[in-house]
Amino acid sequence: MDEHKKLIEVNNLQVSFFTPAGEVKAVDGISYSLGYNEVMGIVGESGSGKSVEAYSIMGLLQSPGKVIGGSILLEGKNLLDYSKKQMRDICGKEISMIFQNPMTCMNPVYTVGDQLMEAVTCHDKSISKKEARNRAIEMLNMVGINNAEKRIDQYPHEFSGGMRQRAMIAMGLICHPKLLIADEPTTALDVTTQAQILELMKELQAKNNMSIIFITHNLGVVAEICDRVSVMYAGHIVEQGEVNDIFYHPQHPYTRGLLASMPRLDSEGKERLIPIEGTPVDMLDTPKGCRFAPRCAECMKVCVEQEPPAVCINANGHISSCWQHIRQMKEEVGNR
Amino acid sequence: MIDKKKLVEVENLRKYFPVKSGFRKKNYVQAVEDASFYIYKGETLGLVGESGCGKTTLGRSVIRLHEPTSGRIVYDGTPIYDSKEGISVPMFEYRRKMQLIFQDPSASLDPRMTVGEIIGEALDIHKIAANKGERQERIRYLLDEVGLNTEHANRFPHEFSGGQQQRIGIARAMAVEPEFIVCDEPISALDVSIQSQVVNMMEDLQQEKGLTYLFIAHDLSVVRHISDRIGVMYLGFIVELAESYELCQKPVHPYTKSLISAVPLPDPELSRSRSRIILEGDIPSPMNPPSGCRFHTRCPYAKERCKEEVPALRECGPGHYVACHLYNQ
Repeated sequence: MDEHKKLIEVNNLQVSFFTPAGEVKAVDGISYSLGYNEVMGIVGESGSGKSVEAYSIMGLLQSPGKVIGGSILLEGKNLLDYSKKQMRDICGKEISMIFQNPMTCMNPVYTVGDQLMEAVTCHDKSISKKEARNRAIEMLNMVGINNAEKRIDQYPHEFSGGMRQRAMIAMGLICHPKLLIADEPTTALDVTTQAQILELMKELQAKNNMSIIFITHNLGVVAEICDRVSVMYAGHIVEQGEVNDIFYHPQHPYTRGLLASMPRLDSEGKERLIPIEGTPVDMLDTPKGCRFAPRCAECMKVCVEQEPPAVCINANGHISSCWQHIRQMKEEVGNR
Repeated sequence: MIDKKKLVEVENLRKYFPVKSGFRKKNYVQAVEDASFYIYKGETLGLVGESGCGKTTLGRSVIRLHEPTSGRIVYDGTPIYDSKEGISVPMFEYRRKMQLIFQDPSASLDPRMTVGEIIGEALDIHKIAANKGERQERIRYLLDEVGLNTEHANRFPHEFSGGQQQRIGIARAMAVEPEFIVCDEPISALDVSIQSQVVNMMEDLQQEKGLTYLFIAHDLSVVRHISDRIGVMYLGFIVELAESYELCQKPVHPYTKSLISAVPLPDPELSRSRSRIILEGDIPSPMNPPSGCRFHTRCPYAKERCKEEVPALRECGPGHYVACHLYNQ
């Protein structure tokens, strides 16, 4: 496997929802790429477009949502050109997804085993039922469900929340996909269960050599599991880079604001939190310039008028979209 | 904590919910078991625990929204509930003093009432405003207090964002000028950037009005930030109670230790280098809880004694209480 080649490349992806109230540009021109064996985190608040973006990779967007521009290349092939049937072959086999709430994503009238086996037999018609069942049991063992031979014949409601999420992960990984998209997989879980699941995902990622796109709003979870991070705000990626760059040298005012506004468990005193003022953008009526400008403490005149360009901060792919960087560069040139 | 007066005292509070199981058989969900604690006037007591550990039930039982099964609750020196002596005072006048903020702001505001009506209802019930003008004035003052535009009084809840809805919920609780507020996960439903706004506002209100909070949440970092002292609950029991800094730095109970190590830190190097205590298995059912120490099924250090004897909450340092057999042994 060529380590330098990219597994998935998203170029200028645009997704809109055509609602009665008007067009909502949920994802407005985002680009990123993900290599083999890499874990990328996408962080953002609710409504920032992080889930929509993942759904469009899987071809799961539902009306009135529509991809209106850009491309999604999986190993060089554009997924947006694929027919529904072709997508079906890929989903589950090459790319797989796990969801936030495992209870609503599993069929309550089928046993967990039936649902796991369906994923196997769908993609490999030649496999026998017994083999599929063995594969399913093996997967359940791998995700740490004890007594898998018995558990496989139980229904989802007989599982606890953490175990359901484990079964969901087993279902996602049963065909050994190259890419796993995890949409807030730990948000519905308690912290101790969350720690268990994160540990499991790290272990499975290393074992199976797969890439993960990890969507979450929890920066702590990102710090734990991701190699690279994209921060989304109102349909744009405002900053992306390696996890250490984002957490130790955040550039964009939104990223800095997010990190400053979080209470820390390991800090000593009762210092005051520094919140980001204002409310999230109304996606029906987005501002003309930088979308963060109305809430930004460092807003300049140009920010309101024009969209900021993406500026490369360092050679490791640390990119931030903010006019402040341009101003700083101009000042530096002026000083010389 | 300048004024070390106890505002709320709770002793051996129990709350069981009956559930039907089979014919003529009755079973109980033992939601809160033997909870004893007190809250000083003007302080914030945090309550953390995983879902199903009984923290919400305890919060509601303290202000008697759930009638406790047994125990004793003293508010400001007067017992308002005592199962042994059969005291159970009418709560109406106490409702002016104790209020509740709910978790889900959109579910706890009536969608058919305007914001003004929602806040005004509390004023009407307790006959706080003498006339219409005063009522209007009061509503405007409250909206201003929680950082909302005073013109918003005629709008409906759905016209507001989550953070603003929670502010309305807080304004409603503040309408009767309470002394004690039970905050049941007030910020868990909000976005990260909005959470800090609401936390700051709640701290300001507390300082300004000398409020006392019982702050219930599952996010330990938020609870540590806002609370003076923290109680940790597991399956209906308070397993550890201490000042918030002490609890986070020097936890004693094995459950608290694992809970703290499970909290994700927004610091990549630190979170990858620290050693974590990962608990095995899941929380047992509160309908059929384990014998002895309820944590013994998941505790890495469990001994024979833990399976048989229920550990009592005892002091292990100044103001630091723990319920574990293994401490000091």
